Amino acid sequence: MKTRTEIVLAGVGGQGLILIGKIVGEAAALFEGKNAVQTQSYGVASRGGFSKSEIVISNEEVAYPEVLEPDLVLALSQQSYDMYRSKIGKDSLLVYDSDTIRQGECSGIALGYPITSTAVNLHNLKILNMIALGILARLGASRSNIADFPSYNSLKKSLEQNTPAQYRNLNLEAFERGFKMV
Amino acid sequence: MPKKIFDYIIEDRLPFFWCEGCGNGIILKSIAKAFADLDLDPKNVVVVTGIGCWGKADDYLSTNSLHVTHGRALAAATGVKAVNPELKVIALMGDGDGLTIGGNHFIHAARRNMDITAIISNNFNYGMTGGQYSGTTPEPSFTSTSRYGSIEPPFDICALAKAAGAPYVARATVYHVNLLEKYIKNAILKKGFSVVDVINICPTYYGRFNKLKSPVDMMNWLKNNATTKLEEGDIYNNKFAIGEFVNEDKLDFSTKYASIQKNARELSIHLEQDLSGR
Amino acid sequence: MTGEVKFLQGNEACFEGALKAGARFYAGYPITPSSEIAEMASQRLPAVGGVFIQMEDELASMAALVGASMAGAKAFTATSGPGFSLMQENLGLAIMTEAPCVVINVQRSGPSTGLATKPAQADVMQARWGTHGDHAIITLCPTSVQECYDLMIYAFNFSEKFRTPVIFLSDEIVGHMREKVVLRDDIPVINRPFPQGDPKQYMPYKPGENKVPPMAYFGSEYVFHASSSMHDETGYPNNTAQNADKVIRRLYEKIYDHRDEISIIKEFETKDADVLFISFGSAARSSREAVNMMRKDGIKAGLLQINTIWPFPDKKVRQLISHAKVVLVPEMNLGQIINEVRKLSEGKPVFGVNKVDSTIITPGEIVNKAKEVLQNA
Repeated sequence: MKTRTEIVLAGVGGQGLILIGKIVGEAAALFEGKNAVQTQSYGVASRGGFSKSEIVISNEEVAYPEVLEPDLVLALSQQSYDMYRSKIGKDSLLVYDSDTIRQGECSGIALGYPITSTAVNLHNLKILNMIALGILARLGASRSNIADFPSYNSLKKSLEQNTPAQYRNLNLEAFERGFKMV
Repeated sequence: MPKKIFDYIIEDRLPFFWCEGCGNGIILKSIAKAFADLDLDPKNVVVVTGIGCWGKADDYLSTNSLHVTHGRALAAATGVKAVNPELKVIALMGDGDGLTIGGNHFIHAARRNMDITAIISNNFNYGMTGGQYSGTTPEPSFTSTSRYGSIEPPFDICALAKAAGAPYVARATVYHVNLLEKYIKNAILKKGFSVVDVINICPTYYGRFNKLKSPVDMMNWLKNNATTKLEEGDIYNNKFAIGEFVNEDKLDFSTKYASIQKNARELSIHLEQDLSGR
Repeated sequence: MTGEVKFLQGNEACFEGALKAGARFYAGYPITPSSEIAEMASQRLPAVGGVFIQMEDELASMAALVGASMAGAKAFTATSGPGFSLMQENLGLAIMTEAPCVVINVQRSGPSTGLATKPAQADVMQARWGTHGDHAIITLCPTSVQECYDLMIYAFNFSEKFRTPVIFLSDEIVGHMREKVVLRDDIPVINRPFPQGDPKQYMPYKPGENKVPPMAYFGSEYVFHASSSMHDETGYPNNTAQNADKVIRRLYEKIYDHRDEISIIKEFETKDADVLFISFGSAARSSREAVNMMRKDGIKAGLLQINTIWPFPDKKVRQLISHAKVVLVPEMNLGQIINEVRKLSEGKPVFGVNKVDSTIITPGEIVNKAKEVLQNA
């Protein structure tokens, strides 16, 4: 039996993927009594360039900290989508932004959502990550292979303590919007 | 009871190891006299030295002292001062130590305005290693590594210290002892980074290489080439302006940092909020 | 284990551990992948009456640590390869003046500026021998965020007890990974021994208990002289052969006499292990996963995780090697710790699992190598 739930959040530096990775990891580790490790890979640029955040969640101790075979991939750029679409397992999910990413053949289950246009409707492109987090939260609640993904309530608590006060309501609104998109 | 020079210089450790005719003893005595006149308690004084002839000065002192690696006296002194701003921190460096290998620390200590007094024994060469040229060796003078004459323009220590922001900058020579004592005292009293560039003589090497064979020749060289008219000074051509170049008041690092410490607890909470999710 | 529970990066936990240990001075120069530690220090130290100062380079940072330590503060800095190279000069100063301090090196891929954001474990020998001259050094390696916190307290404790710089050799993976950490308060904090008796008779380098001289601070009644150059018990220069021999041996022995106390190791399923992995830092995480995978396959594998790499835990390594059929040393370099293991293996073959492409060693790579070795054994 598989004991690890492995999540990849991939896109471009500056999209806030490391932040939502931290929110997911913290939700699992602090509010659901699980073991979670969040790691990241980034280049020398603070903005732009490939960026990736990974989370491994388990009821057992997580020895190896990085993702081996992702159960869930979030792709917020064409490059990251192409990197994973033919590599993931047949039951694994590939969630992507259908507004900005051209679809190709996928070895797993590809699920596109209009993330960018939703962000535009909320007048803020910086909340792409929070919309995506809402989508993942809803999927986590309904898909058995990522059942260890933290619950809506845990994520919300984690989100609240990881965002500055002045942006908290905006982030929560985006998170809700994403949650309802699925 | 008023303090005496030998409250700061350990008599048992004399004589100095410096060559006959070297001016370092004159500088050290001036420092001890300044300590005595200012009635400093040796336990509240930390003398930090680097490497070179002048870097051995701490061997004779009864105050606290920290003898460190070549060029790093000001960096170590910065650590001492930052932790305990009540201490009088004095850095003794030569021209090679303080302005050549340690030049970067010198300009940054001045820019940062650490409350440290830097007393530089500037004899235009590396005495301890056999008289090689330094960052202050005038062009085209001769040293053991510039046998055809130095082709590198020298630093003007006072101009550099001034440009880097030091609030007290003065120059004296080992011939002009009264001025020297006065400037050292003023420098120690100054709250902020203070510099005394002391033009010193090295008859053993610099003198020998440059036709100033005896200490008397070198003293005469100082006497004849010094001017108290600052605008007439030309360090690049052996014309030494002596006097105070800068004497102003501005807040030093530790004073400013104390206000950060005072407010940090409250400010830190706001920062958490601004930076989270960066 | 009680204390506040947080979800932190390894680097952040390092800072929390330092603060808990009583650190009140940080001097450093920003460098990836260690900068989070400087940023936290700049924000949090002044709030507890401490000082953060960003120096002009790492030469200055390390010198400032020595000055601060002599003025009585528990001092630390954080850097990575290029900065660690510059710190070697005044790391020697800290050893010679016996200035307690902690130097964190979050290792990245080199040589030189290399791959600034990518991990490596290639500064193992630099930590041991980077500064010139004969000397002993203590070096601790964390494998998790909790260990970043815990071992940081031990690093300060060892530095204070033995009056020596301690190197905290982290790596980019451990430094940037986030995990749950308990900011525990059950690890006792040790402070440097302070001199007793008449201040006029104080000899700043006269060895006390454990061959360690009691340490005053600048501004106390105990006025003292400290020097990077060879000195005797008075702190003043002494260039005799007899004195040099005495000082260098004492500096070495004050650490090596206590290697059992300093050695921190963890064993995972080593009791019956035919396949023994010996590893440290992030590579130990992969090795543990490899142990799990092999045990599932019915192969008796075990891991000796070395947290104190210097002094190297000779006794434990020798003992465990003697029971194993094969020994493998996974590390993100071309073979550094493996040479220490080979010195103790008495002819038993020891194999490396080495990777220098700036990515973490995977458990699969370790398992494959172990199986290959087993087949030929």
